Parts: sequence; C-alpha cells; structure tokens
Amino acid sequence: MNAPQQPNLLSIRNVGKHFGGLHVLQDVSFEVPAGSIYGLIGPNGAGKTTVFNLITGLLTPSAGQIDFQGQTLIGLEPHRITHQGIARTFQNIRIFKEMDLLENVMVGMHDHLNYGGFGIFLNSPACRAAEKKARERALELLSWVGLDHKADMLADNLSYGDQRKLEFARALATEPKLLLLDEPVAGMNPSEKTILMEEINNIRNRGYGVFMIEHDMRFVMGLCDRIAVLNFGRIIAEGTPDEVRNNPDVIEAYLGKEDE
Amino acid sequence: MEWFNDFWSTYSTLVFSVGVHALLALSIWLTLSCGLLSLANAAFMGVGAYVSALLTLHLEWSFGSVLLAGGIAPTLVALIIGAPVLRLSGVYLAMATLAFGEVVRITVLNLEITGGPEGLNGIPLATEGWHIALILAVTVYGLARLRRSKVGRAFEAIKEDEVAARLMGINVDRYKLLAFSLGAFIAGVAGALNAHFTFFISPREYGFENAVDILTMAVLGGTSSLIGPMLGSSILTLLPELLRSLQDFRSLVNGAVLVLVVLFLPKGLWESRRIRAFFKRLKGGQA
Repeated sequence: MNAPQQPNLLSIRNVGKHFGGLHVLQDVSFEVPAGSIYGLIGPNGAGKTTVFNLITGLLTPSAGQIDFQGQTLIGLEPHRITHQGIARTFQNIRIFKEMDLLENVMVGMHDHLNYGGFGIFLNSPACRAAEKKARERALELLSWVGLDHKADMLADNLSYGDQRKLEFARALATEPKLLLLDEPVAGMNPSEKTILMEEINNIRNRGYGVFMIEHDMRFVMGLCDRIAVLNFGRIIAEGTPDEVRNNPDVIEAYLGKEDE
Repeated sequence: MEWFNDFWSTYSTLVFSVGVHALLALSIWLTLSCGLLSLANAAFMGVGAYVSALLTLHLEWSFGSVLLAGGIAPTLVALIIGAPVLRLSGVYLAMATLAFGEVVRITVLNLEITGGPEGLNGIPLATEGWHIALILAVTVYGLARLRRSKVGRAFEAIKEDEVAARLMGINVDRYKLLAFSLGAFIAGVAGALNAHFTFFISPREYGFENAVDILTMAVLGGTSSLIGPMLGSSILTLLPELLRSLQDFRSLVNGAVLVLVVLFLPKGLWESRRIRAFFKRLKGGQA
C-alpha cells in the first residue's frame, strides 16, 4: 500500500455507446483515483448502469477507451475483467438464492482456487487445504458485513438489506482492487443506509477503490471524494461534492430550469 | 443359493439395466446441474454403444479399452458440437440437441458399417455385474467430489444466474462445455456397457423416446442431489416389470405415476432439503 503516488485506477476516455440510432453515452470521460470513493450520479435513464456494463465487459463500447491500471479492458471477456481486479454488485440484487451464504461467497473465490480435476477427484491434500482456506476467508468476509452467524443459511431467506451485504462480501471475495456498486442503498431505510455508509467507508479503508452509482444525494455527498454527473448520456459536471452541488448545470438537470 | 441363481438367471439383465439407466440419469443430471437442458444423452449413449461394439467385433480390443473408447468417442463429438450448440439456452438448446440426436440416429441407420436398420448382432456378452457396480460407484463418488468443489459451485452459479457467474470470474462457456462433454463421457460408457450385455443394438434404441426417458428418470427422482437420478432411474426401470400383471394397462399406470409425481412433488421424489427437514422433525418429535 506504500506505492509512490498511485496513478488513476480506472480511466475512461471519450467513451460512447449507441444501440442502433439510440445514443446512450456520448464522449464520456473521467478518472477514478486509487484508494478513494468515486460517485456517478444522474437522473433516471442517464446511462449510469450502461457505464458499469461497459467497464465489466457485459457491453462493448462503440467508441473510446477504458483502461484499468494502465491496461485496456476493451475486448476482454467479463470473467477476464474480474480477474484483472474489478468486481461489482447489481442494482437488482443477483445473489445465488439456492446456495447458502458461505457458498455464495466461495463462488467469488473461484479464480483463486488453483486445484485441478485430479485434485478434486482424489481429494488431494492440496485441494483440501485450499478449500479449507477458502472457507475461512469466506467466513472472514461474511464477518466484515456482519453475516458470519448466518453462514449456512439459504441466501433466499435473507432480508433485503442482508442480501445487499452478501453481494458485497461475494464481490470482495474476488479480491478486487476496484469495487463497483450499483445503487447500493436502493430500497433501504435511513438506519440501514447509515450502517451501509460505514460499511463502505470501511471497505475503502481496507485499501479497495470504490466506484458507485447512486440516486440518494445525501448518501453520495456524504461518502464520495469525487463525483461525476451524467445527464442524457453526457458528463455535465465532475469534481468534489461541493463543486458538484453548486454547479448550475447539475441544479438544472435535477430541479429543472427556472422560468424567466 | 439356488434361489439366488434362479433369480439371477431371470433378472440379471434387469439388474444390469437399472445400473446402466442410473449412469444415464446421472449423465443428464450433470448437464442439468449446470443449467443446461440437453437431450443429446441418448445419442451420446448410442455413439458409445456403436463405437465400442464395432471395436469389439472388428478389432477385438479388450473390454477395458473398449469401454474407454466408448466414453471418449462421444466426448469428442460433444466437444465439437458443444461450441456452437451451447450458445443456445433453455428450450432452444433442447431442440438443437434433439436435432443432433436425430442426425446421429439417421446416420447410424444409413451407414454400412453399423448394419443399418438391422443394427449389430452377436456382440460378445462381456459386461459383468461388478463392472457396472464399480463404474457406477466411481461415477457417483466423482460427481459427489465435483459437487463440493469449485467446479460444482461454478455449475450451480451458472444455473442460477449466468451473468452474475461470469462476473465472479467464472469462464461460463468453458464450464458449460465441461458439463456437456463429461455428461457425454458417462452416457457413452453406459452405452458401451449396455451393448455388451444385450447382445444386439439397433438405431431404434437411441432415438427421441430414449432421450426423453433419460430426462424423465432424472426429473422424477429429483435433481437436487445425486440420489434423485438413481432413484428415478430405478423406479422407471423396475415399474414396468412390477406392473407386468396389469398387462395392457401397464403404460397407463406408468404414466399416471409420472403425472402424480410432477403434480405433487415438482422437485422430484428425492428433494434433499425436504428429506432433511423430515428427519429433523422426526428427531424433534422423539426428543
């Protein structure tokens, strides 16, 4: 963690995406610095989730460059991008409901379990040791989000807030350098939001970069170091929360223009 | 002992069939556990049966190597057709694999070397009870190990949510191909075993009906554990024999049993969670 002046973790340059004639994103550029919490906000339909889908390789940009730690992500399959160190959660939670919590988190460790087919079949010591270590690590991650006591519960039986927490733990299990959170507090009550705010701060303090999409202004403003504002597929403002809050374009996008 | 000998001479083929059907049900369980509704297993069984029988009849290979070849041949076929076919999902995959099955059946029907519609006759009876028992045991053990490893978790994750699985770093296409070709291997070995105790094989045994039968065995038993497919295949193999006295009504009762199970136990006869809960209740009641 003592690297000299870390460069930007993620750099998005002039990225565009269109589906046929529909331009969802145009000339989007911003940089996510390492070790910080970065926010992307904007009205509904502005194209925020599309940005995440481009970064994680579920979609391919029509134009522009996406670099992670100085290397391009364009053309990489999603599982390769995860391997590079990017993990994400989803706006509409996508946990594995028929598995227990421990298994959910252990799926995230898939890439880091290096035993082969013969090891599995023969139940080799190396395989057993790797599985044991993975189980311990999964329990540790569950304890970070306060779910370790429910480790053998079926994920489907979790409350909504707990499902979000499980998704965090599962994303962290991939050992990411950057964590993408898609509307992490959607549908949560104020006290759950406060707890989650702490949780995300903790995650950052453990050395992960966090990049989130969020609607809840108070949440974003209170948590993020920098914020980009997306409106109709374009970045209309970028800066610290204070800069963004006072930007006339942003106020107009959210509140509408004053009649003159 | 005499009693056993009598029983064995009458029913050994039936017992063998139970074992082979269990292998087939497990082979489709494997693809189902990865979320793939593939109906190619009957055709893979046919490829295994024909390849092994031909090797025995013409080249006089040893039974062990014949079994291995019977597994490898359909695996290679699965690897080749897997890349294009596994891009499909759900019903479309089922349709494509059914079509593949028909291609195999019609090919076998028209080739000279496979004996055409007459099939292959006079295959030596090389399969013994312990062959089937051993192979079934190794298969069950291997699949049980697989389930509890990263591979089993990857399969389950793909079944539940392919996108989420991809973003957990799982190479989804590769794992689907693994499930598909491993299933083909098991089905092929089952076919090779089958060919060497029935004396005779023909294209009719590997068509649409058998593809559906194999699926029915797994679904009837339940796909949440390895016990389900084995239970389902045993029931569907033995039921027609037990109902022999009903004569013409046999398939009627057979069908009725299926309908009842699907209606009242949609997750199959053996659903691990329900059965665990049942035993827990039982224990709780005694305490």
